[in-house]
Amino acid sequence: MSRDPHHHDHDHSELSETELRVRALESILTQKGYVDPAALDLLIETYETKVGPRNGARVVARAWSDPGYRARLLADATLAIAELGYLGRQGEHIVALENTPRCHHMVVCTLCSCYPWPVLGLPPVWYKSAPYRSRVVADPRGVLRDFGVELPTGTEIRVWDSTAEIRYLVVPMRPAGTEGWSEERLAALVTRDSMIGTGLARTPAEVA
Amino acid sequence: MTLDPAAARRAADALPGLPRDAEGPVFGAPWEAQAFAMTLALHARGLFTWGEWAAMLADEIKRAQAAGDPDTGETYYRHWLAALERMVAVKGVADSGTLARYRDAWDHAADRTPHGRPIVLAPEDFD
Repeated sequence: MSRDPHHHDHDHSELSETELRVRALESILTQKGYVDPAALDLLIETYETKVGPRNGARVVARAWSDPGYRARLLADATLAIAELGYLGRQGEHIVALENTPRCHHMVVCTLCSCYPWPVLGLPPVWYKSAPYRSRVVADPRGVLRDFGVELPTGTEIRVWDSTAEIRYLVVPMRPAGTEGWSEERLAALVTRDSMIGTGLARTPAEVA
Repeated sequence: MTLDPAAARRAADALPGLPRDAEGPVFGAPWEAQAFAMTLALHARGLFTWGEWAAMLADEIKRAQAAGDPDTGETYYRHWLAALERMVAVKGVADSGTLARYRDAWDHAADRTPHGRPIVLAPEDFD
């Protein structure tokens, strides 16, 4: 067992010191019947938009507005994201996947420290479940339908599983009717689910 | 008493200094939301009042400041977590030895779990 806090190995999972202490508390309190993990998850899920800086929405809004930035983002997302002043941890590479009418991207892994929450916000609770992971690989269209997303039959769906070194950011399609919008207004359309590919960006009608 | 955003908002109202916006608490990282949710659950069960909690948290912050904490607000939930650990010890739920044993077990579980798999605690993690 590794006791060195600076030990870093990409073969196995890692939890920070605070994460270890939080998990310790949660398992003890659950075993003693003081907390119900499902109820905790349900509450935490309501803070989807209240955790972390959620820089991803601004990155997507910039890519929608600025063709030069979009090209840089698709070429090297780590650099393009850093350009906006958002720095990931060292050695973390982010790859941007752009959704188009022909191809829809979905990201599946996100169980451990690999989930880029500073970019995306809080991971959805259901993302951690094994049934979701296996189903999204076997039947991505069905999973999307469960989320209320019906894609044209001609749209190819690609599923991406993060590796130890690569995290993905899905760039959703820009909704129609947003011509001339400021980046700030556009960013409000970019949900977490649209950046992991289990949803689409909000439409202007949805935020009106 | 249920665990919901309304209860969270009442907690935020009862605890000045808690990072929040108009709707309720905001968090810098997922673990902060977890620590907050557990505290809310324990409060809902009547383990402590917000008055007791505020005193424990203030004491933790005072200790940290004495130890050189810059107190910029960035470390608020670190103090929160330390206060929660002390609270469960004071209330006889789990002493610091038990907390340390579980912390080490989770460390072991993370170590033996390949990247990308869910980290789950197993009995052998306590060996």
